[in-house]
Amino acid sequence: MHDLSPLTPLGGTAPQIDTVADLTCTEQCDLALASVAARLGQEKACAAALQKLLGAAPPVAGKAHLAAPYSAVWAGPDQWMLGADFATHEDIAAQLKAALKDTASITEQTDAWCCFDLSGEGIAAVMELLCPVNMRALASGDATRTTIHHLGCFVICGDPNGFVRILGPRASAGSLHHAILTAMRSAL
Amino acid sequence: MIINHPLLGPRDSAEFTYKGDANLINRPDPETASPQDWHDYAYLRDNPAGPHRELWFHDGGDRSWLVVTRNTLTHEITAVELARDVARAEGRSK
Repeated sequence: MHDLSPLTPLGGTAPQIDTVADLTCTEQCDLALASVAARLGQEKACAAALQKLLGAAPPVAGKAHLAAPYSAVWAGPDQWMLGADFATHEDIAAQLKAALKDTASITEQTDAWCCFDLSGEGIAAVMELLCPVNMRALASGDATRTTIHHLGCFVICGDPNGFVRILGPRASAGSLHHAILTAMRSAL
Repeated sequence: MIINHPLLGPRDSAEFTYKGDANLINRPDPETASPQDWHDYAYLRDNPAGPHRELWFHDGGDRSWLVVTRNTLTHEITAVELARDVARAEGRSK
């Protein structure tokens, strides 16, 4: 077997944590992702299977279902991004395939994205510099795809005053991290 | 300019990319199309002074394709539909 060391999206051996004033940006690595797209003619069956898996109806446009073990974010009509803890769901695509069977096409996304969690005070001021999303109008469970620093990112609102998760392209993790930190230093 | 996305609500047009005349949806059937059909599809466009149906791609958002009806004289947008709904309504996809 190869003896390889896992690296975080920013290239470190441990997740990077940055704090400016009372806001902390955490590189989140414990996250397995897979995209789910209902197959043509299977939309209702896929939604029913997802409902069984999530314990709630799959999220509609602009919304996320935030729960354990699976969270889901709306990504398009009949499409969702599902996330779970990496430690227990490293094979998330296989697990979802077993649950959704032929109702959906599932693509492993874990290594395609990087994740930064903002927690603390001043999130709205930072997000206003980063993207066109009206952060002050978001409530818990809102999620949208937007552009941060020219990168297509998901913004998932856990708590409008205390927790926001940003998913961005892993290949541009350094640029996204730079943008977030620059905005934090400017706004706070 | 604001485009009122049918699923996500009003969004700034900077989030979108213009992709051309909405007639691009009506690609000729490769089984039956003549070279003239392909020529017309590839090169010929109407250039109306007034309402115009056009494709916009929400690349700074959810990556949806939209059919936007825009008045080329006033830039007023009178309708925004998901391109897939338009295509399905026209029988392009089953």
